[in-house]
Amino acid sequence: MTSRLPFYFAIFLLITAGLVLAVLRHVELGIPWFPGKQQPVWLVEARVDFVASNEPVLASLNVPDQPPGFLLLSEQAASPGYGFSIVEEAGNRRAEWSKRFATGAQTLYFKVQLIPDTTSSTPPPRQQPTARRVFWEEPQATAVREVLQQARRKSSTPESLTRELIKLLQPENSEQNTSLLTASTNYPELLARMLNHAGIPARIADGLQLEDARRRQTLKPYLQIYNGDEWLTFNPHTGAQGLPDDVLLWRQNAVSLLDVVGGNESQVSFSMLRQTVPALQLARAQAGDNGLGFLSLYQLPIEEQSMFRMLLLLPIGALIVAFMRIVIGIRTSGTFMPVLIAVAFVQTSLLPGLIAFISVVSMGLLMRGYLSALNLLLVSRISALIILVIFITTGISIVGYQMGFNTGMTVTFFPMIILAWTIERMSILWEEEGAREVLVQGFGSLFVAVLAYLAMSAPLAGHLTFNFPELHLVILGLILLMGQYTGYKLSELRRFHPMKAYKP
Amino acid sequence: MNWISPFRLKRAGMLSMNRRNVGYIGRYNERSSYPLVDNKLKTKLIAAEYDVPTPRLLQVVRQQHEISHFRELVDELDGFAIKPAKGSGGKGITVITRRDGDDYIKASGAPVTLETLERHLSNILAGLYSLGGTPDVAIVESLVQPAADLAKCSFQGVPDIRIVVFQGYPVMAMLRLATTDSDGKANLHQGAVGVGLDIATGHSLNAVQFNRAIHLHPDTGLALGNIAIENWRQMLEMASRCYEATGLGYMGVDLVVDAIEGPLLLELNARPGLAIQMANGEGLLPRLRTIEQLKRFHLTPEERVAYAIKAFARPIQQN
Repeated sequence: MTSRLPFYFAIFLLITAGLVLAVLRHVELGIPWFPGKQQPVWLVEARVDFVASNEPVLASLNVPDQPPGFLLLSEQAASPGYGFSIVEEAGNRRAEWSKRFATGAQTLYFKVQLIPDTTSSTPPPRQQPTARRVFWEEPQATAVREVLQQARRKSSTPESLTRELIKLLQPENSEQNTSLLTASTNYPELLARMLNHAGIPARIADGLQLEDARRRQTLKPYLQIYNGDEWLTFNPHTGAQGLPDDVLLWRQNAVSLLDVVGGNESQVSFSMLRQTVPALQLARAQAGDNGLGFLSLYQLPIEEQSMFRMLLLLPIGALIVAFMRIVIGIRTSGTFMPVLIAVAFVQTSLLPGLIAFISVVSMGLLMRGYLSALNLLLVSRISALIILVIFITTGISIVGYQMGFNTGMTVTFFPMIILAWTIERMSILWEEEGAREVLVQGFGSLFVAVLAYLAMSAPLAGHLTFNFPELHLVILGLILLMGQYTGYKLSELRRFHPMKAYKP
Repeated sequence: MNWISPFRLKRAGMLSMNRRNVGYIGRYNERSSYPLVDNKLKTKLIAAEYDVPTPRLLQVVRQQHEISHFRELVDELDGFAIKPAKGSGGKGITVITRRDGDDYIKASGAPVTLETLERHLSNILAGLYSLGGTPDVAIVESLVQPAADLAKCSFQGVPDIRIVVFQGYPVMAMLRLATTDSDGKANLHQGAVGVGLDIATGHSLNAVQFNRAIHLHPDTGLALGNIAIENWRQMLEMASRCYEATGLGYMGVDLVVDAIEGPLLLELNARPGLAIQMANGEGLLPRLRTIEQLKRFHLTPEERVAYAIKAFARPIQQN
């Protein structure tokens, strides 16, 4: 009994390893615990229109690159007749379409799927941004100096300076200096220039307000300043710091949004759609590039995946058979015959499967009765039985089909060899132990098979076993643990009841 | 429905099937010794080496064509038993007690033809009764003529005595009597009567059939309360000697008493059943633990039997 400790420790390790891996993968990959969980996804489509002027065309559109608050799921371009690629230079991602000759109105599409993801953080810029030098002409130069001084007096940090500056430039606070400035150029650009002049790196980013089923939207400018660690986003009109959840920053770092060579009257517009996608599908799409993704089966070809889907259910059946035999004490004919029958039930669905199974076995038993009178050797008797079982199943299928029951066909899912052996074993049992034992074991097997079927066909079981294969470590641990169970079976509490007559 | 609480069973020291498999069969029985008991032919040969007598071997049928020799052999015999060497749980054993013209009469009284017997032999050879369906051999043994005092207890067939031997110590015993329900066989789950025997004296204690306590034999109506087995100590020593022969720490030894030859070893069982506990009205666990806690094991069968008689004697029951 002393050497039991390492064994239990190993089982403990197995079970915790399985659970910990599953939780890790749930957290890291976002694989949901329950099937059918939905997650919102934004589908944003950029539409580029221009008129080509009968010469080589190169259209280049800035596309999102790690937009804050979102995770890029997929990108796709639709533009017949154009060559397409995504080029990345100095943190500036651009979609480029090219064509040798084009005339007339042209339309190009670029679609992205984005998942709202509050946990994602933008990596710090590779190069420390510096404020660019700005030159003003009089009288703006004086106005800028005075307004900045005003703002600086009420602020202490780059952030607060930005906020104060935005406040000062609002029309309701307007005074001579500010109206002189705001009158001349476009307002967000002015803000950025002023902040750069004040020594704070600042730039304009273009954001897109996400609203379900909106078309022909345009980008709105946002102000970004660099505070030494990261780029902070401000609303240039209200001075509110931070980016609203429903705003996607389409362009952050790029010089231009759209460049078209060989065309004119170019413009970009956006339309968007909110979709819900099974959370599982999202997890699958991301599995490839995560460290824990190697444990998942999503990379396998679809055919193998469906194979594994079935295979990975078997341990559940085995667990149930082990529990039923070790702890409950139900007698079955053949140890794992019930699991195989249950697998067939999964294919046929329960009731047609039960009817087909019982009719095949009982017909087989009748024919086996004749076979036993023929005095055959065992091997040829079983072989004959296999052929008979195939005849019976074919017969049931044909009769079922003629009568209009498609379910009759599903009988072919039963493993023929297992059926033949079941019939043989039942028949011998009948001869040796009588019909009662045949019924006990037959119904015991069917009962366990139905239980295993119910467990295996539950959507949750299929979902967990396939998406969290590491949970099989837990099943393995439980089965090993049951192998150590030395207590009474439930059936023994009944079997040994005559002991009540004796004094303990 | 009748149930018993697990705590009550625990107090009674009942050995459960799981504990038997893990704690006794799994721990004390070497896998390599199994063929010795799973193959009745090997059992016979090894028993002979250790001076444990068995029923006389008449023929071994190994090949299909040897069945014709069987025909020649049984022509001169009245009674015999056909057994599959690797059969388990009494499966495939046919006992012929006498002949009636061309027919052979089974222990149950049912007549069978020679052809049926030959088919039975070929079934045995094909492995129908062996564990896992492996090819088997059939052995033909002389019929045991049960001693008169025991024979009258049993309706048909030969009463046999099952002794559970643990580490060479006989720990519990019962007498198994065939009934009409059991088709002349002495298997409890087929309906034979089990009568618990006092290890010290060989006197009957309680009796059960189909897991129910009974007092009279269901067929003969004989009282089961005062049966006494003769040559009891000799039988215990035979059982104990099988430990040396096989090396199995936990086994069931099945003995019969022949009218002429005395006690004979019928077969050994590496996975003896649990019903013996109900026939004795006592759990096996306390006795097994007594043996497990021995500081020094006794080396000879005689010493072990003497110890068992002292340790496991039933106090005289106050009725």
